Amino acid sequence: MRYIEPHAHMVSRTTDDYISMVASGCAAVCEPAFWAGFDRGSADGFHDYFLQLTDYEPKRAAKFGLPHFCWLCINPKESEDVGLAKEVLELIPEFIGRPNVLGIGEIGLNKNSRNELEVLEMHIELAARHDQLILVHTPHLEDKLKGTRLTLDALRNNSRIKPERVIIDHVEEHTVEMVLDAGFWAGMTLYPGSKCSPARAIDIVETYSAERLWMNSACDWGVSIPLSIPYTAMEMRRRGHSAEAVDALIYRNPHEFMSQSPKFKL
Amino acid sequence: MTRQEILDLYFVEARHKLIDIGAFLDRVARAEGHADFRMEAFHSALAKLSTGEPQVAKRVLLAFSDPTDEPIPAAITKAACGAWPGPEKSAVVS
Repeated sequence: MRYIEPHAHMVSRTTDDYISMVASGCAAVCEPAFWAGFDRGSADGFHDYFLQLTDYEPKRAAKFGLPHFCWLCINPKESEDVGLAKEVLELIPEFIGRPNVLGIGEIGLNKNSRNELEVLEMHIELAARHDQLILVHTPHLEDKLKGTRLTLDALRNNSRIKPERVIIDHVEEHTVEMVLDAGFWAGMTLYPGSKCSPARAIDIVETYSAERLWMNSACDWGVSIPLSIPYTAMEMRRRGHSAEAVDALIYRNPHEFMSQSPKFKL
Repeated sequence: MTRQEILDLYFVEARHKLIDIGAFLDRVARAEGHADFRMEAFHSALAKLSTGEPQVAKRVLLAFSDPTDEPIPAAITKAACGAWPGPEKSAVVS
């Protein structure tokens, strides 16, 4: 089995996780910029984080033979402070040309506030200006439905954004249809408690087909499972899906989406 | 898969989860004090399980969701609690 982990926060994980992932068939890992669990005090904190994502972490992954790619942004949980967000966005062009940067992400909304929406629109404009792929985080739990609607509106309002170059992540049963119908890619996150279980993710694939869908673990500093993709692949096989169908979902689909960036070469 | 095969694969696990929900309701009932809007949302979501209508998981998720369209004035916390408190309380909880 081979797979791509398209959304993992490896700065929060141990080298043991890298070993387990590679031993399980992971062929590449992609790391969106996210919240550290606390608010960074200044734009300098983000500058250092972007250095970590574009310099140190790919070297750490390379020790285990794993190609490492990343996405840059100020995450939605720190987007209430528009002034800070503007400073961070000004840093991003300096890093966009680095060899492992695939695009802008994970941008989006957290509590669906006016300021978060303004910062989301600034990120979308930045991606459009630099012709970058976009990876979108959708809010948690009771905020996901509204946040997904607002995000789709914001993306549609920028005429330069091509839906096929945007992945809307963390979809569940109540949001996946609106994302796919609008022409975007959709990511299902296999995260205990708050997002999809393996069984539910496979239900979504069986309901909507695997076209423009991927799965990820979004493993981070919370209770999460770095091997949730291969575990879900096992569940697919138990449910009678062919090895070919599993490969399409966990390897070829993320490969197809991210290959829209010329930097994504395995 | 046939319905029989799905039952073979998932019935015991689903039964286990259902009993856990029953135990949670018993636990809340045994405790003192008042519940909040989350229990109301929980009971509303529970009712979706037995309507016989399709897309049950989607209906349960919608029962917990904020159905409004306008952005809130400001985010005063980062966390989600799992259920929408309603228009009057959402400003306080958000």
